[in-house]
Amino acid sequence: MTTKKQKMVENAKSSKKAGSTDVATEPNVGQTDSRWTGAFREILSGSAVMSVMAVVASIIIGGILIAVTDSRVQETAGYFFARPGDMLQAIWESVSGAYSSLFQGAIYNFRRPGFLNGIKPLAETLSFATPLIAAGLGVALGFRAGLFNIGGRGQMLFGAAAAGWVGFSFDLPYGIHLVVALIAGIAAGALWGGIAGYLKAKTGAHEVITTIMLNYVAFYFVYWMLSTPGMLQAPGSNNPKTPGMKDTAILPQLFGPNFQLHAGFLIVVAATVFVWWLLNRSSLGFQFRAVGFNPHAAKTAGMNVNRMYFYVMLYSGALVGLAGVIQVLGTVTTGFSSGIDAGIGFDAITVALLGRSKPWGVFAAGLLFGAFKAGGFSMQAAQGIPIDIVLVVQSMIVLFIAAPPLVRAMFRLPKPSLEATAGASNVQGRKAVVSK
Amino acid sequence: MKLELRGVTKRFGTLVANDHIDLVVEPGEIHCLLGENGAGKSTLMNVLYGLYKAEEGEILLNDEVQHFSGPGDAMAAGIGMVHQHFMLIPVFTVAENVILGHEPTRFGGQLDLPAARKRVREISDQFGFDVDPDARVEDLPVGVQQRVEIIKALSRDAQVLVFDEPTAVLTPQETDELMLIMKQLKEAGKAIIFITHKLREVREVADKITVVRLGKVVGQASPTASNEELASMMVGRAVELTIEKGKAKLGEPALVVRDFSVIDPIGQLVVNNISFDIKAGEIVAIAGVQGNGQTELVEAIIGLQPKVRGDISLNGSSLIGESVREILDEGVGYVPEDRNVDGLVAEFTIAENLILDRTNGEPFVKFGSLQLGLLADFSTEKLKEFDIRAQGIGTRAGNLSGGNQQKVVLARELSRDLKLLVAAQPTRGLDVGSVEFVHSRIVEARDAGVPVLVVSTELDEVVALADRIAVMYRGGIVGIVPGDTPRDQLGLMMAGETRKGNGKAA
Repeated sequence: MTTKKQKMVENAKSSKKAGSTDVATEPNVGQTDSRWTGAFREILSGSAVMSVMAVVASIIIGGILIAVTDSRVQETAGYFFARPGDMLQAIWESVSGAYSSLFQGAIYNFRRPGFLNGIKPLAETLSFATPLIAAGLGVALGFRAGLFNIGGRGQMLFGAAAAGWVGFSFDLPYGIHLVVALIAGIAAGALWGGIAGYLKAKTGAHEVITTIMLNYVAFYFVYWMLSTPGMLQAPGSNNPKTPGMKDTAILPQLFGPNFQLHAGFLIVVAATVFVWWLLNRSSLGFQFRAVGFNPHAAKTAGMNVNRMYFYVMLYSGALVGLAGVIQVLGTVTTGFSSGIDAGIGFDAITVALLGRSKPWGVFAAGLLFGAFKAGGFSMQAAQGIPIDIVLVVQSMIVLFIAAPPLVRAMFRLPKPSLEATAGASNVQGRKAVVSK
Repeated sequence: MKLELRGVTKRFGTLVANDHIDLVVEPGEIHCLLGENGAGKSTLMNVLYGLYKAEEGEILLNDEVQHFSGPGDAMAAGIGMVHQHFMLIPVFTVAENVILGHEPTRFGGQLDLPAARKRVREISDQFGFDVDPDARVEDLPVGVQQRVEIIKALSRDAQVLVFDEPTAVLTPQETDELMLIMKQLKEAGKAIIFITHKLREVREVADKITVVRLGKVVGQASPTASNEELASMMVGRAVELTIEKGKAKLGEPALVVRDFSVIDPIGQLVVNNISFDIKAGEIVAIAGVQGNGQTELVEAIIGLQPKVRGDISLNGSSLIGESVREILDEGVGYVPEDRNVDGLVAEFTIAENLILDRTNGEPFVKFGSLQLGLLADFSTEKLKEFDIRAQGIGTRAGNLSGGNQQKVVLARELSRDLKLLVAAQPTRGLDVGSVEFVHSRIVEARDAGVPVLVVSTELDEVVALADRIAVMYRGGIVGIVPGDTPRDQLGLMMAGETRKGNGKAA
C-alpha cells in the first residue's frame, strides 16, 4: 500500500515536470448541444464591453436616423456641394440637440434654477427604471436556468391585480397594509409564473408557448375583473378601472412630493442584492445555473431538473410580479386599468439581455432604459423628434446584442470565451470559486 | 503515389497545432502516425484533406506541389479518407453511398445506378470485401460499413488512403480483418496513412512509424520497437502501461444484480435479463463493443433509466425506484461515459464542478448558502491531490484538456464516502499518461474495499483492471470470466460467441 502511494506521488511529480503545457489545449470542448442553445448561450455570456458597445452603436445609428429625418438637414442637403458647412451644421444641431435634450430629460436639466430642480429628471429616470429592473431580474433569472420567460405581461398583470385589490379594498394600518399588498402581488406573480414552470416540469410543455398563452389568459381575466362590478371595478363607474389605492398601501415618496421617486426603488435594490446572492452564493442558484448550462450533467449529479424548472419560474414570476406591484402602489396610485403593465414585461427581456442576465448588469440596463423613457418625452417636447427614435435605439440594442459577432467585428473585440478565461485565471481563493 | 508533407504548420490563435511537420509516405507503404489525443494528428490530416489551410509548408504528390481549397480538390488529386465516424447515409444502399458526391449520370441527368453497382462489385471482388451493392447501409455490421467507406475512397481512384482511428468502433475480430485489408491495399500499391494511439495495431501493420507530440514530429520508430518505447515517445517520459495490481481482497457481495432488464423509450429491450454481482474490493469490468447495452445498464444503476425490470441492490437494499439523488447518497460514485455531456458543466469553474453532486447539504451548503471558503480550500487540495493541471480552481472546466477534465470528475466522485464506484469508459479520449493515473486511482479504490464496476470498450483497459470480466452482447451477458482470460477468447465473446473450443482470432 505504502509503496504504491509512493509510486503514485513519484508519477505525479514526474508528470508535472513532463508536460506542463497541456493545460487548456482543447478549444472545442462542450459543443455537444444544438446550434441554437449554443447561440443562446453566446448571447448571454458576452462581456460587459459588448453591452456597452451595443449601446454605443445603437446611439450612433439613432443619431443617423435623427439627422436623416430632420427637415433642416434635408433642406441643406439640396445644396450640399455648394455649401457643405450648412448641412454639417444642421446635422450637428439636430443630433446634438436631440441627445442633449434626452440627457436633460433623463439626468440633469441645466435650464432649471437650482440643483434640486435640475436633478428632478434623474429621479424620474429612477422611477421609470424601478419596475424595469424588477421585471428584468425576473427574466434574467429565467435565462440563467435556460428558460425564456416571455410571460412578463401576464405575471405583471396578476401581481398588479392582487396588490391593487389588497391596496384599495382592505383597511389595515400603515406599514402592515403595504407589506400585505406587496406579498399578495409577489405571490400572484409567482403563481402565474409557476403555472408555466409546473407545465414544463410535468408535461415538458415549452415555456415560450405557455407563457405567451398565459399572457392572454391573464389579460382577459384581469380585464374581466376590471369591468365586473364587485370585483376590481371602481364602484359607481362603468370604466374598466379600479378605485385609487388607500394611503396606507402606497409606497412612500423618498424625497418628498416634489420628486417622483418612491420606496419601490429601495425594494428593487434589495431585490437585486437578493438575486445576486441567490445566483452566486446559494445552493438553489447553483442548481439553477447548472441546469441552465447543462441539464444532462445536472441530472446526472442528482439534481431534480424538473423541480428546478418549477422553482425558477416561481422566482421569476415573483420578481416580475413585483414590477406590477410597484406600478400600482408607486407609479400609478390613482387606480389602474388593464394597460398597467405598459409593455414592461417585454422591455424586461431587452433589459435582461443587455444586462447579460447578471443582477447588477440588469440593474444598470434598467437604469439606462429608464433614462430612455424619461428622456424620450423631453426630447419629443423640446426638439419635436418622435419618441419612436428611442424605440428604434432600444430595438437596435437588442439586435446588436443578439448578433455578437457583428459587434465584435465592428469594434474589433476578441472572442468572449478567450477573454473570460484570461480574466478568470488571475483570481485565487474563494473569489475564484463561482464562475463569472 | 508518393505523398510528402514539408514543414506544415497550422496555428489556432496562439495554439500551434502542427509545428513544421515533415512526412513522406511512399506507395506500397503503411505509414503509422502515432500520438496522443490532441497531439495534432487529426489537424494534420484535415490540412492534407483540404479542410484546413496551413499557414506554412506544402503538400506534394509525386513531387508536385498541391493547392487544395477543399476536400473536393484533395479527392480529385487522389487522396481518400476513411473517417472515424462514418460519412454514410444509413437509409441509402451501398452503391448509392459510394457514388454520393460524384454521381454518374446517363442522358438527361438520370442516375446511372447499374454502373455504380458494377463499380462496387469490381472493387469488392478485387480486394475480397464481400459487400453487396444493394444492401442498405443501416443493415450492415459496423465492420462492413467501414469497408463501404473504403470502397467509396477507392472508387474515386484514391492512391493515398488515410485511416483516421479506424479501429475505435470495431470488435477485435473486425480489427484483424481491417488489418488484412490494409495489407492488401498496400500490396496494390496504395500509400496508406494509419492514425491511431493503439500500440499493438501499430506494431502489427506499420512499415514506418512517425510519432507526433504536441504538434511536433518527435521521431521515427521501427515496428519492432516495444510498446514501452513507443509509449514513452508519445508521452515524452517513461510510462507504465500495466499498472501494478495486487491480489484482490474479496469481501461480501455488495452490488447484486438479478434478472435485470432495461426497456428503452421506444420499447426495445436494451438490457436483457442479466444477473451478476460484485464483491467488496473487486473490480468487475464489462467488456463489449459499443452499443450492446452497457450504457443503459450503467444509467439504470445510477437511476437514470425510467423503465426497468428485475432488481439491483447495494449492500442489501434495493436501488430500484430511487432517484439519482438518493442513489448518490447511498454512496455510489459515478464516472459517466461522456464527461462533456453528463459529467461536467463546461461553463462552471473547477471548484463548482467539484461539488456538482454535493449541493444537497453540508459540508458545502449551510442554510442554503454555498460555503465558498471551504470550497476554495477543498478545491485547491483536490487540484494538488489529483494533479489537475490548470491555472487555478477558477479555471472553467471547458478550458481543460480531456485528461484534466476526467481528473476533475474522478476527484469529485472519489472524495465522497463510496460504497460503490461505477466508471463508464473512464479513459476514453485520454492520453497515455492520464490513463495511467485514472487506472491507478480506480485500483486504489478497489484496494480500499470499494466494489468497482468498470465499463469499457477497450480490451486493453478491461484486461488491465478487471478481477472478473463480464462480456455483454446485444443486451445480454455472454459470460463472466476471470480477469486473465486470453484476449482472443474475449474477442470471440464480444462478437456474441459463447465459450467453445480454443477460439482463435479469425
